[in-house]
Amino acid sequence: MSARKRRQQQDGTYEVAGQWKLMWWKFKKHRLAMIALPIIVIMYTITMFCEFFAPALPLSRFRDFKDCPPSAIRLRDADGNFVGLHVRLKESVRDPVTFRKVFADSDQIIKLGFFVHGEPYRFLGLFDSDLRFFGPVEKGGEFFLMGTDSLGRDLYSRILFGGRISLSFALVSIAFTFFIGLTLGGISGYLGGFADTIIQRMIDLIMSIPGIPLWMALAAALPTTMSSLGKYLWMSIIMSLIGWTGLARVVRGKILSLREEDFVIAARLSGASHGRVIGRHLLPSFMSYIIVSITASIPGTILGETALSFLGLGLQAPTISWGTLLQDTQTVEALALQPWLLWPAFFIIVTVLMFNFAGDGLRDAADPYK
Amino acid sequence: MLARYIIRRLLQFIPLLIAISIIIFVIIQLPPGDYLSTYIVQMKNSGTDVDQSYIINLTRQYGLDQPAHIQYFYWITNIVTKLDFGRSFQWQQPVSQILSERLPATIGIALLSLVVTWGLAIPIGIYSATHQYSLGDYIFIFLGFIGLAVPGFLLALGAVYVIFVNTGVSLTGLFSPEYVNAAWSWAKFVNMLPRLGLVVGIIGLSQTAGLIRQMRAMLLDELQKQYVITARAKGLEEKKLLWKYPIRLAVNPMVSTIGWILPGLISGEIVVSIVLSMPTMGPVVRRALISQDMYLAGSFLLIVSVLTVFGTLLSDIALAVIDPRIRFGGVAE
Repeated sequence: MSARKRRQQQDGTYEVAGQWKLMWWKFKKHRLAMIALPIIVIMYTITMFCEFFAPALPLSRFRDFKDCPPSAIRLRDADGNFVGLHVRLKESVRDPVTFRKVFADSDQIIKLGFFVHGEPYRFLGLFDSDLRFFGPVEKGGEFFLMGTDSLGRDLYSRILFGGRISLSFALVSIAFTFFIGLTLGGISGYLGGFADTIIQRMIDLIMSIPGIPLWMALAAALPTTMSSLGKYLWMSIIMSLIGWTGLARVVRGKILSLREEDFVIAARLSGASHGRVIGRHLLPSFMSYIIVSITASIPGTILGETALSFLGLGLQAPTISWGTLLQDTQTVEALALQPWLLWPAFFIIVTVLMFNFAGDGLRDAADPYK
Repeated sequence: MLARYIIRRLLQFIPLLIAISIIIFVIIQLPPGDYLSTYIVQMKNSGTDVDQSYIINLTRQYGLDQPAHIQYFYWITNIVTKLDFGRSFQWQQPVSQILSERLPATIGIALLSLVVTWGLAIPIGIYSATHQYSLGDYIFIFLGFIGLAVPGFLLALGAVYVIFVNTGVSLTGLFSPEYVNAAWSWAKFVNMLPRLGLVVGIIGLSQTAGLIRQMRAMLLDELQKQYVITARAKGLEEKKLLWKYPIRLAVNPMVSTIGWILPGLISGEIVVSIVLSMPTMGPVVRRALISQDMYLAGSFLLIVSVLTVFGTLLSDIALAVIDPRIRFGGVAE
């Protein structure tokens, strides 16, 4: 028994602590999960307010800076004098050996600062603003933290805007998954019998078809004329049509084991309806397992969307997602000449890793009485 | 007992196959327009005259003028009796021909990855469980997390980039350009090995990560059981104790993981082979889907699904053979 638990037991807080409080205590002990949670919150905050956090607009082109490599943020100029946060302006030069156009740092300085004014944007569709968290002090300064793409658009800004799509996509898809999995799993476990058999066979069926080819086929069947919002919604529905099976199994298993518990029988004898028994008594007692199952399926959804978009079968330009951004890296030449185009991959990996850590912590915490 | 179990499983197998074929047929029908209208438009665009007798012939052969459920009947009968999967308008070839050229490589690579996955995961899982919380265990846990977090296509991109930058060799395709059309020879075989190894390694890694976790958890469970304590108390040598019971019991369920590993490996093969432009089904399926060449894409999906179900069936039977608890439990159910 840990020192804290002993202390809590002495002053009585352990006995009176509710289920959720016990879970939080247990979750806090998982160090990786405690690191992952704030990072996830930060990523969602930044991508949600990406207009404010991105130094440029995702579609604005810097025509003289196509395929420009990232510029390093510096504090001192070429002579070693302190000038504050800045980057050096890239200038186009010819490589003396290959005669290709390449970029090199010039002596000209672009000052950077916090809360600067840039190109105007509409904040979350609510009001107009031009305030930015971080960027070049002078409007339209050529500052590329992670380089530019072949059309001269700032990759870092595009990654933030793409993150909004990729990260929210996971949540939307999870919402559909939650709905289908809970309904079908609940019916399967609570009613049993014929309905149970049908639903279980359906799960077997879906699980036996390789996931990515099935996603690909369903996504390819979407009409090509569909709007980007429609595609976004339908893609998330497709993901959940295939992904609900895991959640349904968890829900069914839990309901089966709880169905015969005394408190459920008591509720039913007191005249509670099926809906009330499920919603008021059964659901809260295994909510934590549902949360674990859902967290565990978020990384898969993000990876699925990026893989499909990367292959040109998921979300498509002009929609920006981490997968569509990675489409630029499909050839070896592009990779060799513009390796910075792989930056979206870094964000994907970090996100998935963090969700895995958080999911692990939640799994430990889900059963706090152990 | 065993025979009855196998028969029961085979009987469950048939409705599953029918359900899969119906789903695939629906997917084939999903995109607007059917094979014929696409074909006619294509012919008109290229300025060729549409051969009316050919159209009538196809219509009769696939029942394209009939309602959907009759069409399904034509479709599945053609597949089962004549191995006729329809035609690919994109390739202007029967689908079965394209499949016979490309599918064996896809399945071969997936099976090879399965062997590699098991070959790595079982020993590592045993090591991690017997050396819980050691440095090695933590290293494998970390690698496992990476394997789970980095999708196959990113690993492939990364590998191609690193190899290209360091050696100047573009490791895409199954052979270097000079060997692609060459006859099989020792040199061609050697040329294939690093490329094959790369594909198999990348596909296997993500599945290995999950399998290591499972093997580790399973063995840890076994090691906590009382018979292990008893054996230890009686002074049984640690190595003998480990191999005699816990490992055997923990490895058994591994056989049944085929059911979820195989679909994962095939999914992985498709994506990774597209990135590495392998001469397998991946690039073909992708192009077929982009141009909505649905007979080709659907047939592929049908075959791999049936093979997966069949693999699961085999693994269930294998499990029943080696583990009497399953056999008797299954019959008593």
